Formats: sequence, C-alpha cells, structure tokens
Amino acid sequence: MSVREAELPLAEHRREVPHLGEQYETIEQQNDAYTIGMWAFIVQEVLFFGGLFAGYAVYRFKYLYEFVAAHHTLSIFFGTLNTFVLLVSSYTMARAVRAAMQQKHDKQLKYLLWTIFFASIFMVNKYFEYSEKYHAHLIPSYSYSAEKVIHYNHLKVENGMVDLGARKVTLEEFTGRTKLFFSFYFIMTGLHGLHVLAGIIVLAILAVRAYMDWVRKVPHADYMPVEMVGLYWHFVDIVWIFLFPLLYLMGGQ
Amino acid sequence: MATPHEEHTHAQRVSFYAKTLWVLMVLLVLTVAAGFVKMPDWLGIAVALTIAVSKATIVILNFMHVRFSSKLAWLFAGAGFFWLIIMFAFAFADYASRHWEPEQGW
Repeated sequence: MSVREAELPLAEHRREVPHLGEQYETIEQQNDAYTIGMWAFIVQEVLFFGGLFAGYAVYRFKYLYEFVAAHHTLSIFFGTLNTFVLLVSSYTMARAVRAAMQQKHDKQLKYLLWTIFFASIFMVNKYFEYSEKYHAHLIPSYSYSAEKVIHYNHLKVENGMVDLGARKVTLEEFTGRTKLFFSFYFIMTGLHGLHVLAGIIVLAILAVRAYMDWVRKVPHADYMPVEMVGLYWHFVDIVWIFLFPLLYLMGGQ
Repeated sequence: MATPHEEHTHAQRVSFYAKTLWVLMVLLVLTVAAGFVKMPDWLGIAVALTIAVSKATIVILNFMHVRFSSKLAWLFAGAGFFWLIIMFAFAFADYASRHWEPEQGW
C-alpha cells in the first residue's frame, strides 16, 4: 500500500471529527488519552484525601472516647440527606454523560442543570450544618469550647476532670482532643465542599456549552468534556461516601 | 475507520443507571441503619467500611464506566487504590509499633 492510500482514510476521519487533536490518529485514541489523564488526576486526589483519612484514623484510635463524644454533635439527618442528594446527583450526571454521548444536547442540558441543583442543595445543607457548629462554639479557633460536647453527651465534670465512663481526662485534655476532631471534620468536609463548589462551576460551563450546541444544532459535539467532568463528579461523590459513615455514624448513637 | 456515527461510546440503557442508583440507595439505608445498631467499635468500623467500599466500587464500575474502559484505565484506577492501601498500611504500622511522644496538655 502506498503512503497516500494508507493516509487517506485517516484524513477523511479527521474531516468528519473536527475536534480530533493533531497529535492523535483516531478519535478513540484521543478519548482514551483523555480518560487516562483524568484518572491520573483522580488518583492523586484519592491520595490527597487519603492522607487526611489516615490522620483521622490514627487520632481516632488514640483518642477514641473523645472523638466518639465529639461526633455525637454532628447531625445524622443532614449527613443522610446530603448522601442521598449526592448519590442522586451522580445519577443525573451519568444521565448527562449518556445524553452527551447520544448528541442529545437538550437532554444533556437538562441533566446538567439537575446535577447543579442537587450540588447546590448539598452546599445549602452544609451551610446550615456549619452555622450551627459556629453558634455552638465548635469551630476550632480561640473561641472553641467543648461545653456543647459535654452537654450533648451528658458527661459529668468534677474538679476539672471529665468522666468518660471508661476513663477520666482533664477538661483541658478533653477540650484539646475534641477540638482536634473538629479540625479533622472541618478540613475534610471543607475540602470536600470546595470540590463540590468547583464541580458546580465546571458543570455550569458545561451547561452553557450544551446550550450553545443545542441552539446551533451541532451534530457531533465532543462528549468527552462531559464524561471527564462526570468522572470528577463521581469521585467527589465517593469521597462523601466515605466521609459520611466515618465522621457521622461510626461509634454508635 | 470510525466515523462519528459509528463512534464507540460507553452509553448504557437508562435502566442500567437507574438500577445502579437503586442499589446505592439500599446501601445508604444499610449504612445509616448500621450506625444505629449497638456493636463493638471495631465491628462498627468494619461494617461501615465494607458498605462504603461496596458503594464506591459500584460508582466506579457503573457510573464512571470503568467496567467498559480500556485495560490501561483499569490499571490507572487500580493503581490509585493500591497506593492508598500502601500509605495506610505503612502509616498505621508505624503508629502501632512505636510509642507516642507525650504532648503537654493533650
């Protein structure tokens, strides 16, 4: 086969797929490269959150009674509601990706907007949770006080000693250790919340793109950006799948 | 050579995504229910983690389409969790086998 003959189908392919990058031979190769690149990013995100989970595990093991007492102040209602909301948003995201693959831009827009809606509900719930913690002086700062934790768990405080049932610790120790729990809580859920916020911004950009494609009736739009943001969004969901039981539930009610 | 019309996508039937969501919802109910059952702390951790890992696996395979992705994508996704396990194992082994420095006031 002459060089000319061999290259002809590729040139045709390139004409039919305008979003095919110069460095790729086929759209499949380009899509594979996108997927691998996105997974490389997600893997480093997994390790980034993993370090925080490891730190939380180590200190929970060391200060079990204090951490369990502190976790009782978290709202199971909001935790469950937010898990529900994020799982549904993962579903609507998967549907948006499906619509994008089928070049149905109107459906794609609809499901992207639903995903943004559920993500926003998550953030609103987080606002309620955080403000409640703020008013209870449970934000780890100079005004932090373990008073609410003691009150919530009906713990007895005598001569500056907090009775945890299995052992007694000084009020100073109890304050420091529960403060450590809330440091983990706010850093982990806060970082996760930032990821949700970033997700909302990227989803909004995708929604605008989907709208443009719909108005212009683009026959073959590149669906990979939607699938890649989908990967990110599902990852954010997975982080919450672990955060919820480990922070809110573990240690009994 | 594939044209956009024949372009291979991972799009599944709607019922595939709907069923996945239902399974995740059942697991969510299990997660919360397990949180209210009185059990030893180690068992609570084991149950919570088992359900969480199941949920994450379902999301990764079905929603993230890893089930339908190339071997290289499998390798990348798998490597991430393999490294995570190494990080956990080494960190915990270190904390479990050495004594803690006393910290004033903690």
